[in-house]
Amino acid sequence: MSAARQLSEEHTSVLAVPTMHCAGCMSKIERGLLRRDGVIAARVNLSSRMVTVSHDETLDENDLTRFIAEAGFEAQPRRRQAERPYSAVKPLLAPLAVAAFAAMNVMLLSVSVWSGAEGSTRELFHWISALIALPAIGFAGRPFFKSAWSAVKRGSTNMDVPISLGVIIASGLSLYETWVGGEHAWFDGALMLLTFLLAGRVLDAMMRDRARSGVEALVSQAAKGAQVVGADGSLTYLAAEDLQPGMVMRVATGERLAADGEIVSGRSRFDQSLLTGESRPVAVAQGETALAGTLNLEAPVDVRVSSAGRDTTLAEIARLMEASTQDRSRYVRFADRAARLYAPAVHSLALLTVVGWLVAGASLYEALVIGVAVLIITCPCALGLAVPVAQVVASSALMRAGVMVKDGSAFERLAGVDRALLDKTGTLTLGRPVPDAQAIAALGVGEAGIALALASHSRHPLSRAVAKALAARGVVPATLENVVERAGEGVFATHNGWGVALKRPESSGTTAVLLRTNDGADRLIPIADTLRPDAREGIAQMRLQGIECSILSGDTVKAVAAVAHETGLTAQANARPEDKQALVGRLRASGHKVLMVGDGLNDGPALAAADVSIAPGSASDVGLQAADFVFVQDSLSALPRTVRASRKTMQVVKQNFALAIVYNLFAVPLAIAGLVTPLIAAIAMSASSLLVVANSLRLMRAAK
Amino acid sequence: MNGVIILLPIALLLGLAGLAAFFWALRNNQFDDPDGAAARILIDDEEDSV
Repeated sequence: MSAARQLSEEHTSVLAVPTMHCAGCMSKIERGLLRRDGVIAARVNLSSRMVTVSHDETLDENDLTRFIAEAGFEAQPRRRQAERPYSAVKPLLAPLAVAAFAAMNVMLLSVSVWSGAEGSTRELFHWISALIALPAIGFAGRPFFKSAWSAVKRGSTNMDVPISLGVIIASGLSLYETWVGGEHAWFDGALMLLTFLLAGRVLDAMMRDRARSGVEALVSQAAKGAQVVGADGSLTYLAAEDLQPGMVMRVATGERLAADGEIVSGRSRFDQSLLTGESRPVAVAQGETALAGTLNLEAPVDVRVSSAGRDTTLAEIARLMEASTQDRSRYVRFADRAARLYAPAVHSLALLTVVGWLVAGASLYEALVIGVAVLIITCPCALGLAVPVAQVVASSALMRAGVMVKDGSAFERLAGVDRALLDKTGTLTLGRPVPDAQAIAALGVGEAGIALALASHSRHPLSRAVAKALAARGVVPATLENVVERAGEGVFATHNGWGVALKRPESSGTTAVLLRTNDGADRLIPIADTLRPDAREGIAQMRLQGIECSILSGDTVKAVAAVAHETGLTAQANARPEDKQALVGRLRASGHKVLMVGDGLNDGPALAAADVSIAPGSASDVGLQAADFVFVQDSLSALPRTVRASRKTMQVVKQNFALAIVYNLFAVPLAIAGLVTPLIAAIAMSASSLLVVANSLRLMRAAK
Repeated sequence: MNGVIILLPIALLLGLAGLAAFFWALRNNQFDDPDGAAARILIDDEEDSV
């Protein structure tokens, strides 16, 4: 025990490593960390793509990030580290296990009763069943009872109301039957119902957990803090929420600003695309304002904080979003709409049956037993599975194709979409600098090797882009001596005694880097944001699906016109976040079902206001959290694929409902006629559930 | 009937043991990382194998 106490007093850090995916990655990271001094333990969680590291006070998260980078993976420290991730599955596992255990044992006893146990044996078996079933139902049924009770309290109804009523009445009647030594007890039916329904819930929760952990691993981009310059010139790291107006933060190249502020020394260019959608870097000089969430591209600057936390432009956008999100939560799921019709119909049918039998001269007891049989047989076992199973199968198919589904009801909303708005920067385009392919291909072997070696010494976004492009072509880096990086200028080194450099061109008309080597002339490598692969094909397919697309961007008319021309779409430029939100609102008011595809902070309000929204995996935190679907690959073909999968899913859901209704058409008349025994109920219930599950499994290839 | 009196408690006890084992696993975070558990078996124990 004391050893465990010791461990918990060590520092524990949690880091997200979104790119790990296999056993090899796990062992590389764990061993790479354990080899270091100061690391006590490292444990990878592959499901949530996180590493938990215990270490002593000599290390901090930045060291650990570096260790993992040296093992070959990108990592980001988590903001709230000690907090355990909330799982929707865990609270349901125990009820499912209890219900399944009890159902199996009671079913065993029931089978002996059905096959002819009589007299005292039957009574004994009924009593044992009751002993197992009643506590199990009380425990495993709580999720349903709670939800049904809160619906009844509000004066509405949902699927859980007929389920709870059916289960409670069946248990009560069975207990009475057991007490008087009657022939039929329904414990097995009630437990089987709970088991099937809980399985459906667990599947549903699993889908949400998986999507959430996937998105959490991607969320990282907003600056989490800044180096603050003290009065004596010392640097201390402060978290974003501790920054106060008046403090001076030092922002290195490649860092995002944690707060709005005025530049007090230095000048640089900032990438504001996340905030405004504008693709061209904006030059900000001393005395001018730089905004939180923008990326420093060129040179380190000192910024005096003018507003932090809840006063920043960023927080303003977050408030706009909250207002829109409430609007969407009014959407009523297909299953709940069905329940609104189903529950009253079933309950009045059961009541009519009791009254009918009483009128026909049956005793009160007989009439009640038949009424209960109607309730049990119509208990929406298959209906409870119809939606979650279809959604789970479809979402795991989409997950394999690189699309994460954050909310099950998103399938329903996406299936009905007829209008799509696409953001430009980061959505239609990749949103990151990509070196011109021709310029890269034109480099000689020696030049390419030098360029890669130089670029890999810098954390500057442009250097990284060049390094990535060259590494992807299989270039081998050359060996360099005396490497120095000069902020705002470039990387300089010597190669075989000659001076080489990767630097900023003197005349910077477009974004580019200049490569200077010992053989041949200087090379200019233009770097630009390019269209996503398959952008045109993807949009053409969406059109075939009956979805009209257009561009909605915050970038300048000129930049938008170029992309509009390339994709053949109509476009609106210079749209501010509130303009985007207003356009979505207007389209919805005129009867369209609107899909918003966007990535930036400036898209957040529109993403939240639209009927359904999709974001690329490179999106800002806000974009990722507001979107219903997140696609992680570069290709834009993810959009038509997701629409197709959603439509197929809704088709299967409707088939499932049809199957469940057909089952009821056969079973209910039998129940009303008083012909249903527990044996028949058990067979009918499992048969209809299996049918629904089998039909849903056809969605396995929905994302093809 | 006599057989049943012995067999029933045995069946129930075995079932309960399974249930208890499941709860033990749940409490000990065995279900935290299903993907990782599946992959871990493939990791070699010898560090030196290149």
